[in-house]
Amino acid sequence: MIGRMMSGLPVFRTEGVTKVYGSGAARVQALRGVDLALDEGEMVVLLGQSGSGKSTLMNILGALDTPTAGRVFFRDRELTRASDAALTSFRRDHVGFVFQFYNLVPSLTARENVALVTEIAAKPMRPEEALERAGLPDRMDHFPAELSGGEQQRVAIARAIAKRPDVLLCDEPTGALDSKTGVRVLEALVDINAELGTATTLITHNVAIRKIAHRVIFLADGRVADVVENAERLAPSEVSW
Amino acid sequence: MSAITRKLLRDLRRIWAQSLAIALVLACGVTVLIVSHGSISTLTGTRDAYYERQRFADVFASATRAPERLGEQIGALDGVSQVETRIARHVVLDMEDMAEPGMALVKSLPDSGEPALNIPLLRSGALPDPLEPDEVAVSEPFAEAHGLIPGDRFRAILGGQARDLRVSGTMLSPEHIYSIGPGAIMPDDRRFGVIWMGRPAAAAAFDLDGAFNDVAVALTPGARAEPVIAALDELLARYGGTGAHGREGQVSHAMLQHELDQFAALAVIMPPVFFLVSAFLVNMVLSRLIAQERQQIGLLKAVGYSTGRVAAHYLMMSAGIGVAGVAIGWGAGVLLTGGITAMLAEFFRFPFLVRQISPAAFALSGALAVATVLLGALRAVWGSVRLRPAVAMSPPAPAKFSRGAVDRLGAALRLRQTTMMILRSITRWPGRAAVTLFGVSASVAVLVASFFFFDAIEVMLDEMFNQSNRQHMTLRLSEPRGDAATLAAAALPGVLRAEGAFSMPVRLSVGPREELMRMEARGDDAELLRVLDADGRSVDIPTGGIAIPERMAAELGLSVGARVTVEFLAPPRETHALPVTTLTRQSLGEEIYIDAGTLFGLMRQAPQVNRINLMVDDAALGDFYRAVTDTPAISGVMLVTETRDQFNAQIEENLFTMVFFYATLGILITVGVTYNAARIQLSERAHELASLRVLGFTRGEVAYVLVGELALLSLLAVPVGWWLGYGFAALTAQGLSTEFAEIPLVVSRATYGWATLIVLAAAAGSVLAVRRRLDRIDIVTALKQKE
Repeated sequence: MIGRMMSGLPVFRTEGVTKVYGSGAARVQALRGVDLALDEGEMVVLLGQSGSGKSTLMNILGALDTPTAGRVFFRDRELTRASDAALTSFRRDHVGFVFQFYNLVPSLTARENVALVTEIAAKPMRPEEALERAGLPDRMDHFPAELSGGEQQRVAIARAIAKRPDVLLCDEPTGALDSKTGVRVLEALVDINAELGTATTLITHNVAIRKIAHRVIFLADGRVADVVENAERLAPSEVSW
Repeated sequence: MSAITRKLLRDLRRIWAQSLAIALVLACGVTVLIVSHGSISTLTGTRDAYYERQRFADVFASATRAPERLGEQIGALDGVSQVETRIARHVVLDMEDMAEPGMALVKSLPDSGEPALNIPLLRSGALPDPLEPDEVAVSEPFAEAHGLIPGDRFRAILGGQARDLRVSGTMLSPEHIYSIGPGAIMPDDRRFGVIWMGRPAAAAAFDLDGAFNDVAVALTPGARAEPVIAALDELLARYGGTGAHGREGQVSHAMLQHELDQFAALAVIMPPVFFLVSAFLVNMVLSRLIAQERQQIGLLKAVGYSTGRVAAHYLMMSAGIGVAGVAIGWGAGVLLTGGITAMLAEFFRFPFLVRQISPAAFALSGALAVATVLLGALRAVWGSVRLRPAVAMSPPAPAKFSRGAVDRLGAALRLRQTTMMILRSITRWPGRAAVTLFGVSASVAVLVASFFFFDAIEVMLDEMFNQSNRQHMTLRLSEPRGDAATLAAAALPGVLRAEGAFSMPVRLSVGPREELMRMEARGDDAELLRVLDADGRSVDIPTGGIAIPERMAAELGLSVGARVTVEFLAPPRETHALPVTTLTRQSLGEEIYIDAGTLFGLMRQAPQVNRINLMVDDAALGDFYRAVTDTPAISGVMLVTETRDQFNAQIEENLFTMVFFYATLGILITVGVTYNAARIQLSERAHELASLRVLGFTRGEVAYVLVGELALLSLLAVPVGWWLGYGFAALTAQGLSTEFAEIPLVVSRATYGWATLIVLAAAAGSVLAVRRRLDRIDIVTALKQKE
């Protein structure tokens, strides 16, 4: 078990990240100066009510969106100054995403959805290996419409880890799932974090899940409200909601 | 304004680009219908008004020399209301601004001035003074071509004498709406004109004192032409009558009718094809557009709108698109009709235009267009409004895919997953793919069938000028002469080869059917004028029989070996039953051929000629033309080479307009199909495509998925379009072939190539426009939409 590696340089670092949507009367300030650092191999849960800015923060970390002000660093690279092409290759090589609504390509089977990524990644694992790690070894040739929600989410996780990303960004990965299925998905994420050392950020508004992380960051009203280190982590099977 | 109406307007504004693309395709169908009907009714209306005002005659006949008193007998015939006897002769002109000799038809005017029938319309100056033998009026187009104004003079050879004629005025005539010289295949205002002169002057010039050689007859209302024609024929037979005929045998009328028939054929073939294509497209595009509105339909029903109200809302949205299409189509139709009829009025020399497009054409095209969109919408609306609100509001179940041939193909070729996405999308929605494919192939087909005209014309010209009429020019003799005339022509300066021929009018009868035609006798040694058999090979006509055009044989139910009755409408007026020995190919015109030996044997005469085909050395043309002008026996010169060049020039001139018009239609259909297909794909798959961007695919790689499918379908559509286009061309060739012009069904590689190039370029353009939208797509927003 590799566990949490505490090297000197954080994998993500943000300085005063602010995000404003719209203007005038429609102006919404989603983030109001977020400073944080995520370490290599760390599993972090980002907790907050809806509207607290957690999805916005994750989109910015994953280079799906750009901040209005402030700076974001991936290791020593400043993402906020990178070109669109550089951000695309950043996503391609370093980040895996898992969404609440799986975002699978309906016309591709489970194996093919994973292959979609392995075909363009620099040093990917085999799609089969990724699916096994995600806990879905035996339904590889099914199309998304033939899979349950939990299974679809595990395909999404397999697709996210298949490229051996440095970070895994998961936005409410259990949000659309029942508790039992959700636990299976969380187990997959924890195992991968432990075995591959992939820094994992997990967004949720589900308080129960915070216990599985190394660290919990509470977001409220676009700011970091609190940071709590879990002295003792629970296994996903010990969590329920 | 109610909220739902506001929604309607905003929706239309939101999808304006797609709506416009549909409306434009629809407008094509409407435009073609309006243009063809508008052109026909404008030309017909103009012609009828012109005929009525200028009292265009009903029956026409020519003779060699008939005594003037015969006019009264003709006037006394049953069914005849008015008679106009006159002198009409072809003459050679010696124009100062032309090296080559020109030709004119001299027509006499009665002493009273205006004739009772076929009244020429004075355009400038005055009628010629009947007492002034050198004063003439000339046809306006001819005057314009030579810059002649009243008071100017020009030289003509009248009855073997060169005369200086003074222009008193310019005129247009209902007999020369289509002003074409004898033996010519198209109007040439420089080389052919009409000259009107006083009857005494004409009689003196052509030695026809107290006689006439041409007569026009008006019928009493309700009288049938046939008995009058027969009676007139009988009266004129002993005076060298060449066969009376109704309006259908009058060259200008027949050519105009030919043009109208072609328009009518186009009106029958083109609009249904366009409507079919646009109906199909509009139908499918609208149903997909409305299918996307499914959740809103559910919502409207959830908040209490009735099914009928919701359905009406979407039908009105579609009707809006239909109305826009109709408005554009009507506008373009009226504009184009104006342009086309103005062009035709120039070509056909009408003094005025009675512009009319029947209200029925507007009503029909409008109703068809709106019905087309409503039908398309109805299908989709019906599918959506029947759903319970909760079902409609929740996103449709993810599409089911299954494994099949595509997977084996993918595995065998080790295709990338993005390629598999393209292939699966096509096999998952074959109907949708078929519509795109059909639409693109329809564009290719429209272009192939349009550009095919140029191929057909090229073949016709090749056949006309390179295969059969290989002479540089043809001399017409004022009366038949012995073989010596050919030798004399061969002795003219610069003549390289001279071949005599003899042409005369005949009446062909098969059972109850009669046809007035020209029969040409040619010697076995004729190399300039060749007769082509049905396969296009040059053949000699066997002695003892005649060769008739293949098309005419088919129409009359004749085959080789059948006997037909041929009445010679020249002295001696005899009737013979002759076997058909050869079927000939003649794309332009219809003529019967007979072996010279056979003909003169039947006529019991020494061989004669009244046409001489020549090859002339270009370097000696000046001397040659001077000699021709000085030879009284020559009544006209047909410049075959010049005609061909002129024809080519005319085609080149029309080429740009035609290509522009049809290319526009083809591009509109292509853009209508591909732009809509791409836009709908984009909105249906925004989520999926955004996911690819999240996974690290570049814009180009994501665009490949979207563009690839349309590119693949467009490529597959090309051969289908070729095939459809060939069929469409066959239909057009058949519909447009008349006795004047048999349109050969030939489609060149260049035609296929250009059609393909234009369509693929239009498809690429519209898909790339959508790709720009794809590039601008906001990943985060796209991902927030539920699947």
